[in-house]
Amino acid sequence: MEIVDFRQLSSNTGDDLDIALVDGSVSRQDEVERLVRIRAGARILVALGSCACFGGVNRLKNACGLEHANRVVYGERPRDTMAVRSIRDVVPVDLEIPGCPVSKDEVERIVQHLVFDVPYSFPVYPVCLDCRQRLTACLMDRGRLCLGSVTRGGCDAPCPAGGLGCWGCRGPAADANLEQLVADASSRGFSGAEVAERLGLFGGFEGLR
Amino acid sequence: MSERRTVDVRHLARVEGHGDISVAVRDGRLEEARWQIVETPRFFEAMLAGAHYSTAAILASRICGICSISHCLAGLRATERAFGVAVPAVADRLRRLAKHGETLQSHVLHLFFLAAPDLLGLPSVIPLVDSRPDLVHLALRLKGLGNRLCDTIAGRTTHPVSLQVGGVAKVPAAAELRRLRSGLEAALGDLDEAAAFLASVELPDFERETEWVSLGGEDDYPFIGGRLVSSDGVSRDEDDYLAMTNEFLVEGDTSKRTRLSRDAFAVGPLARVNNSFELLHPEARRVAARFRLEPVCHRPFMAHGARLVEAVHCVCDAVRLVDEQLADGAGEAAAPVEPRAARGIGAVEAPRGILYHALEYDRDGRVVAADCVIPTTQNNGNIDRDLPELVARLAAAGADDRRLELLCSMLVRAYDPCISCAVH
Repeated sequence: MEIVDFRQLSSNTGDDLDIALVDGSVSRQDEVERLVRIRAGARILVALGSCACFGGVNRLKNACGLEHANRVVYGERPRDTMAVRSIRDVVPVDLEIPGCPVSKDEVERIVQHLVFDVPYSFPVYPVCLDCRQRLTACLMDRGRLCLGSVTRGGCDAPCPAGGLGCWGCRGPAADANLEQLVADASSRGFSGAEVAERLGLFGGFEGLR
Repeated sequence: MSERRTVDVRHLARVEGHGDISVAVRDGRLEEARWQIVETPRFFEAMLAGAHYSTAAILASRICGICSISHCLAGLRATERAFGVAVPAVADRLRRLAKHGETLQSHVLHLFFLAAPDLLGLPSVIPLVDSRPDLVHLALRLKGLGNRLCDTIAGRTTHPVSLQVGGVAKVPAAAELRRLRSGLEAALGDLDEAAAFLASVELPDFERETEWVSLGGEDDYPFIGGRLVSSDGVSRDEDDYLAMTNEFLVEGDTSKRTRLSRDAFAVGPLARVNNSFELLHPEARRVAARFRLEPVCHRPFMAHGARLVEAVHCVCDAVRLVDEQLADGAGEAAAPVEPRAARGIGAVEAPRGILYHALEYDRDGRVVAADCVIPTTQNNGNIDRDLPELVARLAAAGADDRRLELLCSMLVRAYDPCISCAVH
């Protein structure tokens, strides 16, 4: 395996790529142009991380309104900015690896699958299974809001293990039952609005919440 | 006939984010040398408005993937100071340990993976895997230890989970702490080798008098909260951060700039070492002596030495904190939190320098307004001033284009800029 272009690590550059891993969301024209160029030179384009897959936390900017956001930060001298988009909103994407942050083990596994040309299937189970696996007591049962039951597993659930509920950074698990989540949360004193707000942080549940 | 030469670096490599260097030299004299931030602005200050206090630091940590613990801690401190929450001693100790883990992993990442290739005449660390496996493995061991420290204390290296408003949500078991301790002890040998490596390479000899800004410590080398000080003699309260930073916009650039007593100042490892040298662990001062690093040092390239000195300090101090925790780890790890309408400031020393978060809350504990002042934003103005001076000297000495490009790139890298942070 050869690392052809990785500006943060190396001064070498190149654009003939078997696999391109692209992180971050898109909100400027120069990024669109770079992305189109990368897509043209890459056999497989992978969106890496929740920003690349869903727009991530950056999507919150769209809800603020661009002019307002610009005024808050740059006052009367606004900078160029567009509504935040995910990579697949701009160019065709072959594979998406969500997570904020991504799981190192998962990225390594997926790159190995791509290199050996073996199809990769993401886990369909929710984060709850990761918690069972590592014997983490249920956060919801301890009175904390947690999105683990509707969020795609495979991350090893570091957040519940560290005493923080799941914030859904990996987006929905297969057949995510949001109604049940709202009912479970409500029986523990959390409102539907609280659940919806949390589902909105990383952008993976847009259109579902 | 007059001869005009230019150096144009678009999207400088081996730094985080997108920045350009443009240099023009005519007849051996400086015409122009510019550092420009072209990174996409991200608007976190606008996005933080409306966030509940339990979410604000989670969101703020997403400003950076390298120093997310610092962003989290600055946000937590701002929130806790707004609400008048006193963090319990156990939590304070564990937060310092997590901070040391972050500083160690970030400094090692910069020194070996981003800066060392220049010092060895290579485009990246990748060829070193074959030619100097000893060095690469040394770096990976030290980076791994920093990550493990963060994982054990904060629950994750990137985007911590256990650091929460009021304290920490998880206290590591004694067995985990003992494992960490043996790793920390073993690292001292690795750091000694790292110091030998850095002492064996030549750092460019460039000096420009600079105002150095950092937290000022009283008993401990400062990482979390305290007074704001500068090497020009300024000393202010943490709440006066605006008077310490004086942010302003520059045309055609997405990063702001800052100033204090002069037209620019610098923050980061060299600023901290310059301002708090006497508070460093004796082992760290011994390593500083190997590079003849003593305050006040005005050589920006000596930031590499300062990073190694701080890595030693963090490891030694982490051993002390682990021992303290093992001897006296009982007690509350989190204080109760009652939101109130108030504004709080949190200043922490991120790996790249002093970082401020200011959060104003309403009485329901929702953010009304947020302001973050980033280390790289503060350093960009100093890079603006260093570059022309460096180019003028190189041009007068007859440096060719390659050398101009290399040394300008190395100068910017010496500040370890995190440009995405700067345009948060």
